[in-house]
Amino acid sequence: MVESNEVIRAEHVSKSFGHVTALTDVSIRLRGGEVLGLLGDNGAGKSTLMKILTGFHRPTTGQLYFRGEPVELKSVSHARALGIEAVYQDLALVNELNVYRNMFLQREIVRGGPMHILDDKAMRRTAMEHLENMGVNIPSVDVEIARLSGGQRQAIAVARSVYQDAKVLLLDEPTAAMGAKESALILDVIHRLKEKGEVCIIIIAHNYAQIFDVCDRVNLLQNGRITFDKETSETSVQELTDLVVNEYRSARQAVQQH
Amino acid sequence: MPNDSPSMSASTPNRTGAGTGRRHSAWRRLGLFVLRWREASILIAGVLLVIYFQITTHVFLSSDNIGTLVQYTATTAIIAAGEVMVLVCGELDLSVGMVYALSPFIMHFAHEAGVPLIPAIILGLAVAGVVGAINAFITVILEVPSFVTTLGMLFLVNGFTLTVSGGFPVQPQASDAMTNALGASPVAEIIWAVAIVLILQFVLSKTRWGLHTIATGGNPLGAAEVGIKVGWIKARNFVLCSMLGGLAGTIDAFRIGSIDPLAGGTQIMFAAIASAVIGGTLLTGGLGTIVGAFFGALVLGILQDGFTLSGVSAYTFDMILGGAILVTMVVNIRLTRLRELGGG
Repeated sequence: MVESNEVIRAEHVSKSFGHVTALTDVSIRLRGGEVLGLLGDNGAGKSTLMKILTGFHRPTTGQLYFRGEPVELKSVSHARALGIEAVYQDLALVNELNVYRNMFLQREIVRGGPMHILDDKAMRRTAMEHLENMGVNIPSVDVEIARLSGGQRQAIAVARSVYQDAKVLLLDEPTAAMGAKESALILDVIHRLKEKGEVCIIIIAHNYAQIFDVCDRVNLLQNGRITFDKETSETSVQELTDLVVNEYRSARQAVQQH
Repeated sequence: MPNDSPSMSASTPNRTGAGTGRRHSAWRRLGLFVLRWREASILIAGVLLVIYFQITTHVFLSSDNIGTLVQYTATTAIIAAGEVMVLVCGELDLSVGMVYALSPFIMHFAHEAGVPLIPAIILGLAVAGVVGAINAFITVILEVPSFVTTLGMLFLVNGFTLTVSGGFPVQPQASDAMTNALGASPVAEIIWAVAIVLILQFVLSKTRWGLHTIATGGNPLGAAEVGIKVGWIKARNFVLCSMLGGLAGTIDAFRIGSIDPLAGGTQIMFAAIASAVIGGTLLTGGLGTIVGAFFGALVLGILQDGFTLSGVSAYTFDMILGGAILVTMVVNIRLTRLRELGGG
């Protein structure tokens, strides 16, 4: 029953916070090299699911599997050690620092000795190589993050996670509040990662056109359950729109009847 | 070079249209210029002031007066260096001026009780470090804002120093050579200050500690998310700042030849914070330079010394100092705006 190239899987996961049930029964799987789009209304449980997969929350019930083995993620650093990295919307970048120092933040290349003197040359060179490798185009790695656009910052945050040997990458609305040009920058980066096939990605997104552009498969999360799971090649923007519009209508009716 | 990649060139902010290499070095030069600008502007202000006072008083650049200038500047610069580290990691230390008075008393009592001088000095600095550690504990673990923590500590340490000293000054006991080396000679005093400034500037801009200090102040949540122990970074900087306060007090005690329970206090603390702010350090964290704070302390010292020579009263001096801080901050904030508009 376990597919050989399956990287991460959640089975019948639920999560409650006191009386509030965020996730009812979620089963989700991700194969090596795959890009999965996760759709869902605000409050459907996307963030909770993401935080369970990164070890930030523990599921109330259910089981996680990593490479086919049952696993209990004890903490964010435990998940990281397995290669599960998340890029949250706040990006965890420091505006005052330049690109390469952000890329290596907390994993700096230092010369020996108790002072931990930074090897800026090596970090600069490695950051340039790595960003070029990923197709991330920025004016220079010497500029402060504050001077970059939203898309460029997101690209750097993604590049940092990938550089830190991510096997599973979770992207929380990477193109939120971005124009088409900026979004294209991120989507190109995701395309390149996909071509290389070394990392599998879950993207939380709202934009269907983008999902069809980069994702292999789509899952829809509604009221704490996965209600839809299809390859993008087997579905259409129309089908997804109808599903979500129907959800919206029934919600409206429920409110009106009340 | 990432710029060489053919894709996505449309989304690159291509302002100059110049070749990759040229654009890159231009960016770099611009970045360096902007980074250094604040320090350069305060240095230029200092030079202009020196010229002005030399013309009006004729004795400003005499060796005697330079010695006086060092007295006005050196220990403030040492405290300012520690204060910059605390400010850059997003906190504030108001108690450092009181530690300045406490440390030499600890040294004095230990020395009187038979501890040799050097270990006694170290003991004084260690007690200062403990004060910093308590500041850090209350701020980081008990989550009291550092403004309040160190305000409380300011009174507490001051009261403690007055109590143990009985309110009376004492004389430090040491050999002449030792007294000179510890700050009685202006040359030694300025060597202490410059060495500490250079070392800490290196720590801030070239070591992991400095990088994490900037990250902690610049984006505390983000820094914690990437795994930086922000509480630990803050603690180290509180301890460092407090110990530098103790060291500055010890140096001044030997220079003046008297350990005064009322020395330093809020005056030297505010002078140090003013030096940091004039030198380009933000109170909001993430940005600051030790060298800038040194120049800030120097400009304050030049003003104080120059006005004293010109016979301007201390009241006038305070007005000018206050005005200088306000003008500097207005200019700094305007420049930051300009930079954001031009950079983005």
